[in-house]
Amino acid sequence: MKIKKLLSVLLASAVVMGALTGCGGDKKDEKKDAGDTIKVGVFLPLTGDNAAGGELELRGIKLANKLHPEVNGKKVQLIVADNKSDKAEAASVAARLIEKDKVCTILGSYGSSLAMAAGNIVKEAKVPAIGTSCTNPQVTANNDYYFRACFIDPFQGTVMANYAYKQGAKKIAIVQEVSNDYSVGLAKFFVEAFQKLTNDKDCIIDVANYQTGDKDFTAVLTNLKAKNPDAVFAPGNFTESALLVKQARQLGIKAPFMGGDTWETQEFIDVGGKDVEGCVLSTAFDREKASTEEAKRFLKAYTDEYKGEPSALSALGYDSYLIAIDAIKRAGTTDSQKIRDAIAATKDLEAVTGKTTLDKNGDAIKAAVIKVVKDGKFKYLDFVDVK
Amino acid sequence: MLPLPSEEEGAFIFRFPGGEKMDFLTQFFQVIANMSAASLAQHIVNGISLGSLYALIAIGYTMVYGILLMINFAHADIVMMACYFAFFGITVFHIPWYITFVGVIVATAALGVVIERTAYRPLRDAPKNSVLISAIGASFLLENLANYLFSGRPLRFPDIPLLSQTITVGSVQIQAICLVIPVITFISLLVLLHIVNHTKTGMAMRAVSKDYEIARVMGVNIDRVISITFIIGSSLAAIGAFMWGVRYPGITPLLGVMPGLKCFIAAVIGGIGNIKGAVIGGFILGLGEVLIVAFFPQLSGYRDAFAFIVLIIILFYKPTGLLGEKTTEKV
Repeated sequence: MKIKKLLSVLLASAVVMGALTGCGGDKKDEKKDAGDTIKVGVFLPLTGDNAAGGELELRGIKLANKLHPEVNGKKVQLIVADNKSDKAEAASVAARLIEKDKVCTILGSYGSSLAMAAGNIVKEAKVPAIGTSCTNPQVTANNDYYFRACFIDPFQGTVMANYAYKQGAKKIAIVQEVSNDYSVGLAKFFVEAFQKLTNDKDCIIDVANYQTGDKDFTAVLTNLKAKNPDAVFAPGNFTESALLVKQARQLGIKAPFMGGDTWETQEFIDVGGKDVEGCVLSTAFDREKASTEEAKRFLKAYTDEYKGEPSALSALGYDSYLIAIDAIKRAGTTDSQKIRDAIAATKDLEAVTGKTTLDKNGDAIKAAVIKVVKDGKFKYLDFVDVK
Repeated sequence: MLPLPSEEEGAFIFRFPGGEKMDFLTQFFQVIANMSAASLAQHIVNGISLGSLYALIAIGYTMVYGILLMINFAHADIVMMACYFAFFGITVFHIPWYITFVGVIVATAALGVVIERTAYRPLRDAPKNSVLISAIGASFLLENLANYLFSGRPLRFPDIPLLSQTITVGSVQIQAICLVIPVITFISLLVLLHIVNHTKTGMAMRAVSKDYEIARVMGVNIDRVISITFIIGSSLAAIGAFMWGVRYPGITPLLGVMPGLKCFIAAVIGGIGNIKGAVIGGFILGLGEVLIVAFFPQLSGYRDAFAFIVLIIILFYKPTGLLGEKTTEKV
């Protein structure tokens, strides 16, 4: 009982604190162009559960700052704040960056829940934030001040639709894991994009469903085989997907299988064996292939600075910085509102992870890397630009 | 999202909340008209192989229930452990698969006996509910133990080319294992019926299942009979696991959960406690699951619901299951 009481008191005080910091953000802060530096806040988990991801992204941001130290003739000063992988801390850290440090824009965070915790604060303070790798659609939904350098998960469906279209596929079958948001989202975006590309309402000849944890897919696959699709789009968990592809091959289905980035695990290949050879999937970044000039510079600078191969997270951190300074340059001022409008208008920006455009929700639309399973490894296959 | 029947358009047209319309009857005839003989044959082969797998595991549930009047929830996890045993035998220690197969049966039977000794025997005279809870505990223990020992990442069940090869008959693709499973299930059924009906141990089993207090008074060694029951049930679980692994080669600690539930349902449909009933229940469920997707492709997402609907309908009309006997509760 006592513990319960204590907990409720703690909870209540946390709520009050949250509300207070929230109100603090309401005050419209006076824009002081403090001399000749432009302050950019970096809002990342540098301790706690997500520290590894935050650290990799910070590397990318620092590298970008090193290669592009100035904008509009002023030095860009990074103010790094640690949100400690904690939602309550994230809210107060974001408020502090805005109130105390008077940053004109914020970069981060890794982790959608941390970004969402800061969502209302940046919205009310009218200071734009650019997420690095937070992929949950909720981060930017109904928030005009949150943007992101990464694409949202379902966007991969659009990417694969473009790829399938480019390969000349006309009739596609979908196999989706109905109990999985990720899978259904990818499938929905795929169908929309593919119908638009082919101008054919009937290009999707079969939509089959299965549940998370299913092991036997022979029934849906036998139906699918009879329809004879050019390719099958089957985003989902790697465990189920590997079995799905395996059973498809046993049933004599020759059509190529396409999926999303969740397939990019060793287990997919271990379980699927030779049957998953030729499966294609989309992912954000490939360290072996640089798609833009900026990517080449990034790769070189990264290996010089940190030794070793850069991860997609570092690339996204780098890109969030690029989006910010590109917007500041176009805005020609450090006024947060004007920077926000400039960020929203970002178009065809040469970034490490491909030419980046922000859509009306503030989500990045950009090229993606297509990989294929070959000889038991994930190999770079193609590069898809999404119009 | 369940289809809602709409009144103005006839009984077989359903409207989804999203406004989508679905005419089940017309679509059903369309599917039938478009289905080639090869597709139908393929569906039936798939259904029989899935059904006989369910049957094999369902027998384990039904046997323990028949003797102890308790549901051995750990049975599905015994299947899972057997898959890991096979993985270690073949992939890690490179023992030929046929030797591993025998080894897995022995090891799994031992595991079954150990669980019975430690989790069920001490509760022999406790209320039935306590044993049931103990069974759930054993199930969680095995799942978490496997999670701790082998991690949650899926492992690949060793490939046995002889069993996993695909045979093409006309345009029907049959995996060799799909032919093996029904044969093994059938042989197991015959052997089991022989043991139960024509041996002394079998007679003791039947006596225990009728009334174990009286059987004990009459000099039947109850503990021995129960151990033998667990040995047989777990051996069948091991055989089932081996077949399962070859057919669906991803092994995870939670591998047994859904099949376990389905096989339990199969046992209940057939009349729990009845071995023939478990086999029939397994086939009904396996074939039904495949055919519902075959004839109503739009319902593929509701496949699992099928198992439960069939269960409810059968229990509604025959509460003891298809072959179950009506027993009166003794005071």
